[in-house]
Amino acid sequence: MSQNASPPAPPDLVCARCEQPMVMAKVTVTYLGHKFPYDLLNCPGCGKVHVPEALATGKMLEVEQLLEDK
Amino acid sequence: MVECVSKGDLSGGLALFASSIPFPRIISRTCNRPCENACKRLEAGESIQVNALERACVDLADKRPSPPRSLPRKGKRVAVVGAGLSGLTAAVDLAKKGYQVVVLEASARPGGRIHALPEQVLSRQALDADFEVLQHLGVEVRYDSPVGNAEGSCVRFDALTGDFDAVYLGPGPGSVDRLLLGLELGAEGRIRLDPVTFATSHPKVFAGGGQRQGAAAYSSITSLQDGRYAALSIDRFLQKASLTGSREQQGSYSSRLFTSTKGVEPLPAIRPADPPRGYTQAEAEEEARRCLSCQCLECVKACEYLAHYGSYPKRYVRQIYNNDCIVMGARTLNRMVNSCALCGLCEAICPEKLSMGEVVREARQSLVAKGKMPPSTHEFALRDMAFSRSEHFALVRHAPHRDSSATIFFPGCQLGASSPEHVLRVYEHLREKVDGGVGLHLGCCGAPADWAGRQDLFREALDELAGTWKRMGSPRVITACSSCYEVFKHELPGVEVESLWTLLARLGPPRPMPAAAPRALAIHDPCTTRSHGDVHDAVRRILTALGVRAEELPYSRELTTCCGYGGLQSFANPEIADKTVLRRIAESELDYVTYCAMCRDSFSAKGKRTLHVLDLLFGAAEADPASRKGPTFSQRHENRARLKTRLLRELWGEQVNGEGDPTPMPLIVSPEVQALMEKRMILLEDVERVIARAEASGEKIEDRTTGHLVASHRPVNVTYWVEYSVDASGIVIHNAYSHRMEVG
Repeated sequence: MSQNASPPAPPDLVCARCEQPMVMAKVTVTYLGHKFPYDLLNCPGCGKVHVPEALATGKMLEVEQLLEDK
Repeated sequence: MVECVSKGDLSGGLALFASSIPFPRIISRTCNRPCENACKRLEAGESIQVNALERACVDLADKRPSPPRSLPRKGKRVAVVGAGLSGLTAAVDLAKKGYQVVVLEASARPGGRIHALPEQVLSRQALDADFEVLQHLGVEVRYDSPVGNAEGSCVRFDALTGDFDAVYLGPGPGSVDRLLLGLELGAEGRIRLDPVTFATSHPKVFAGGGQRQGAAAYSSITSLQDGRYAALSIDRFLQKASLTGSREQQGSYSSRLFTSTKGVEPLPAIRPADPPRGYTQAEAEEEARRCLSCQCLECVKACEYLAHYGSYPKRYVRQIYNNDCIVMGARTLNRMVNSCALCGLCEAICPEKLSMGEVVREARQSLVAKGKMPPSTHEFALRDMAFSRSEHFALVRHAPHRDSSATIFFPGCQLGASSPEHVLRVYEHLREKVDGGVGLHLGCCGAPADWAGRQDLFREALDELAGTWKRMGSPRVITACSSCYEVFKHELPGVEVESLWTLLARLGPPRPMPAAAPRALAIHDPCTTRSHGDVHDAVRRILTALGVRAEELPYSRELTTCCGYGGLQSFANPEIADKTVLRRIAESELDYVTYCAMCRDSFSAKGKRTLHVLDLLFGAAEADPASRKGPTFSQRHENRARLKTRLLRELWGEQVNGEGDPTPMPLIVSPEVQALMEKRMILLEDVERVIARAEASGEKIEDRTTGHLVASHRPVNVTYWVEYSVDASGIVIHNAYSHRMEVG
């Protein structure tokens, strides 16, 4: 899954449990045995990752469907 | 070709004609037109004058097609004996394939029996022009070269079979006895040959033309055909391929494809104003426009699914087969395989009874068996089925205060989801009118698993049904849903099953009679009733008894259409499901009446006023039930769960676990968010679970820009995200979305 060229400015997200602002970090997304690295906001304390709506209903959905036809 | 002519493109027509006919001038003037006897236009006027159109192309085209080209030389030599049309066609076809061809002709000119035709039919000039192709392809023609092993033959046949890799014999219709060829001979001294491969008793030698046709009237097109089939055999022989493979449909044959001429205006053939000159361009175009462009599309015309993919079943079956056989790479047709409603209309319409549904059903089972079924396609529907089979809905009881049931009512999963009140009313009516005790069985028949290709789950549901039925004393089963009826009827043959509709027609309307029904309604038969004429009749009898005049839609009874839910079409391909519904609801201006909860809800969701027969028989809570919108997916679950609780409480005096528990903080969901959740197939219970978990664990994200909380939860295969805020009135849901990919 290719990385967006310029992701929109991240909203002001804070992990409620750790009370730490979320920061961009490389995470791995996996589907049907395929793995992709992706930059997403996550909590430096507990590692909770945020998946924005536009990604879930856009690129992620597209790639899920492509992989399902493999 | 005819299509080109109809568009005024005579050069295009000629190019197509000449691509299959090596001698277009000759054939356009001499063909005995066997195809015109088989033309479908004969059923509505006269056949298309194909040969006259060929002639118009040859005579009037502005652009001559470029001469054919040969493939690279193969280094093999073929002798053709006789320069009649069969021999010359064999020579052209073989030269095009790269063989070195030598034609040996006994006389001094090419053409053989074609010369018997008068000059005004076929001019010498036209002949010469057509035969130029031989020179162009490098075919060597030796005239005055009679072949045989007898005295006086200038070329010895035995030498030919030695010098050449293969020989075609087309010496005309006479006896070859005197030529002493050493071949097996048949009737009237002609060479005995195989009717399909044109092989003779000598493995290298093939024959045709007059030798095959005998004394029958000369047909230039038949001679051309003989040369072509013999050339095909020679090519296969020289390539060491099977002479007989895939030749079952060589030549003309009766096709199973069907073209309807119903409603086609009969039209006579266009006659040329000047017959000896043939058609003018305008006359040719007019004649070509009479062509029906025969296509076998009866099912495609009736089905949005088949029309959607732009082709027709013959091609689809091949594509689906190919999709199934892919080992590596993309299975681009998975979605297509999953988009059929399995409604059976194609089979009902097809004169040959081809069922795309069966092809697709097998393909789905195969995808599942290979582990290649896209996991997202049917998961939501299968979860819904699991819900209906779970303790939230499933229920089996004898009638209150009875310990046996002669009959058991099986309303199915969707009537209770859409209109739980009707389940109560019908059950009450049956208990009152039917002797011997009427039990109740809430659950799922397993049809969604069958549609999803999940035979494992389907068998599991069937086994459970059968076990329950036995435990209840093997009662007669009454189904309200026609899909359930089909499942019981076909999958559980030991069970006596009757449709609620035939039973209600016998019992008569409940008392008191409901308020006066509207006068005329258009009736939609659910697709799973297709083969049950008794059910169609029963519903119409009920409607008549209720004072309704039921108008038939163009596709009704055994030709009825699907509402988009069948085969889980709306889950796999909402776009096609929408088209299916929109087409159906446009068929009549009248309000519709149907007897399937899903059909009713599908139509009303698209704005078609639709009643359920039960609205008419038992009344409805709403003042205008025809305008009632069906429930959302979440409401369906809730309706089922509440129906079970209410039945248990009201009829059996049982308290259900959890009933009366303090209600958690209420969720406030705006209609916009509800619609979004419906589209994204996210249930209220999914949202509840995300929030309950986030609130219990504290694992949530605060969006300081909006002040909302964002939380996620992945129960099994899907991660649900909910954006919410908490205020005094409850939890306000601002957004919900999901993905299947795992993160982290």
